[in-house]
Amino acid sequence: MTDLKTKPKKPRGVAQLIAGACIACGARCQSVCPVNCVEMNDAGEPIIDASKCIGCQKCVKICPATALEMYFTPEEQKILAELSASAAPVEEEPDPEAVALAAKLALYRGVWVFIEQTEGEPAKVSWELLGVGRELADKLGVELSAMVIGENVEHLCRESFCHGATKAYLLDAPVYRHYRTDAYLEACCHLIEKHKPEVILMGATGMGRDLAGAVATKVATGLTADCTGLSIDTKRNLMQTRPAFGGNIMATIMCDKFRPQMATVRPNVMPMPERKEGAEGTIVRESFTVPEESVLAKVIDIIRDSHGKSQVDITGAEFIVSGGRGMMSPENFSILQELADELGGVVGASRSAVDAGWMPTDRQVGQTGKTVRPKIYIACGISGAIQHLVGMQDSDMVIAINRDRQAPIFEVATYGIVGDLFQVVPAITAHIRALKQQQKTP
Amino acid sequence: MLIVACIKQVPDTTQVQIDPVTNTLVREGIPFIVNPYDTHALEEALRLKDRFGCGVVAISMGPPNAEATLKKALALGVDKAILLSDRVFGGADTLATSNVLAAAIGKLNAEMDEVGLVLCGKQTIDGDTAQVGPGIASRLNYQQLTLVDRIEMLDPVNKKIRVSRKLEGRHEIVEAPLPAMLTVVRELNRPRYPKVPMRLMAAEAQVEVWNNQVLKLDEQKIGLKGSPTWVSKIFSPERVQGEILGDGYADPQGTARLLIEKLLAKDMLPL
Repeated sequence: MTDLKTKPKKPRGVAQLIAGACIACGARCQSVCPVNCVEMNDAGEPIIDASKCIGCQKCVKICPATALEMYFTPEEQKILAELSASAAPVEEEPDPEAVALAAKLALYRGVWVFIEQTEGEPAKVSWELLGVGRELADKLGVELSAMVIGENVEHLCRESFCHGATKAYLLDAPVYRHYRTDAYLEACCHLIEKHKPEVILMGATGMGRDLAGAVATKVATGLTADCTGLSIDTKRNLMQTRPAFGGNIMATIMCDKFRPQMATVRPNVMPMPERKEGAEGTIVRESFTVPEESVLAKVIDIIRDSHGKSQVDITGAEFIVSGGRGMMSPENFSILQELADELGGVVGASRSAVDAGWMPTDRQVGQTGKTVRPKIYIACGISGAIQHLVGMQDSDMVIAINRDRQAPIFEVATYGIVGDLFQVVPAITAHIRALKQQQKTP
Repeated sequence: MLIVACIKQVPDTTQVQIDPVTNTLVREGIPFIVNPYDTHALEEALRLKDRFGCGVVAISMGPPNAEATLKKALALGVDKAILLSDRVFGGADTLATSNVLAAAIGKLNAEMDEVGLVLCGKQTIDGDTAQVGPGIASRLNYQQLTLVDRIEMLDPVNKKIRVSRKLEGRHEIVEAPLPAMLTVVRELNRPRYPKVPMRLMAAEAQVEVWNNQVLKLDEQKIGLKGSPTWVSKIFSPERVQGEILGDGYADPQGTARLLIEKLLAKDMLPL
């Protein structure tokens, strides 16, 4: 006997836009809609044709800004209320697709960090990545491994152990002497294929970005650039947070259906882990090499940028005194230099100061310049465009000196001084000088 | 030999503002521009055309209104402009985007002329990923030379190129055979401005539009479906407001002393 009493059908509703909530993320709702009922207006916001909507909720689920919701008519709401009062809870059937996916993802375990080096000299960002890699590995309950590729680079494996890795995959051969995309790409793909890590981190440096983009494409997985935050969700997936829209907002990116999950991180964004002298781990020597004749690119020369004293590396400085448009002229940077000299620091600059030709490009702090993480960052005459804030907001302490109380720089400053920098900065310099003088005279 | 310049239409992110009340992007009136790094890629393609007589094709993937970007390329002197536009391309991350661009370049290579060089800006100013160029190179098995700040030598006959790459604290001089994909930095050149007759000509010229009926790509590998990464959440960066010290205008000396006292108390000064 079949039950002849027909239950009221559960209404599915239609999707609608919550006014003002759309951020024009790039028409993801339009792309996901199976019945093409979403059109985009000129502002990049969806217009949903309610007559065509089948209530599948795909657009609602994919919206990163939760700007879409399901709309039910009052009649439908009544039916829903009745159903929830009478009906037994619906048991979720295990989705065979989800089961297969979980099995596929479970094959991948472990967190890897690519150890970047040039002629045996490591890039500092690699150790910073081992720091955050350690946290991720602990959370996942897996091993943290270093991926070391080069010629005569075994010492980097041991250095990786001092910074938190417990295993190092080592590919040491003459063909890897210089970084060449072809050779490193094949090496990485071989290691990934063989050992199946679930997370791979690389520095967002020239080399790291070159390699990460190639590897992710070859292994057909997701890659998130310039992450500022990395953590693990309840389902073992990597949550990758990065600035979007030129740093105006932050976005959390997921790659939950593919492995490995790959991310790049800029230097100085993650704190340096404490170095544990003499820490040990396992070196896994891999014999995989690429025949030299198949690597078509040749590195003819590596020219180190050394212009003597004029070359200043702002990324390694503990104290940075930066100037912006408010400095008025290149000559005025001398008062910043005096303060920087007293602190044993360096002078940085905002994009507008660099664009004006007052300071060289290598001093630029920000989204298109460098990320810095000094003990103290003193921003002088810098209003604080978001692109600049992105590059310096992780400093231990930020001091802002600006004429305009409304300048956004004060929103990230630990201490703010509203005033004329041409009076305030020399006063600070003089006070520090006086303090030093006092210390010298017993 | 054909040179392909990949260009993207982007919102001028320096103009983007956040509405302090709703925490959403204020987009009204934000101009669209050609991604600044791509203008250097385009310029270099045109210079090589002037020197070697190569054909230059500009391609872009985007919504129909991205045609404006390609019109600008036509005004500058490219031989052909192609817009890759289809709703099935929408919602693409860098992996899916590079798939479409690589397919278009492969089609040009097969049907128009042998592609020797693909030029891209080092990154876009909206996504900032620097991933699409390497994605194209990997898919096409082209030599990948990123962050190029000088082309030292190009030999279209023997199919060779030597470039200088600008990396952290160093430059690398690399030689590679063609075809190659280059991403370029600002130092490479100074982009030209379109001349009036060219602009008039470009206004008449047609931008070819290729959709997926032309490229015939697997829909599982393009657009949103072909994108392993997706945005799960968007939020405003957290800001912790600090303390405004004294009155810097009325009493710069006293305010400076106040700051020094604070720093000393926190042991932040190198004394």
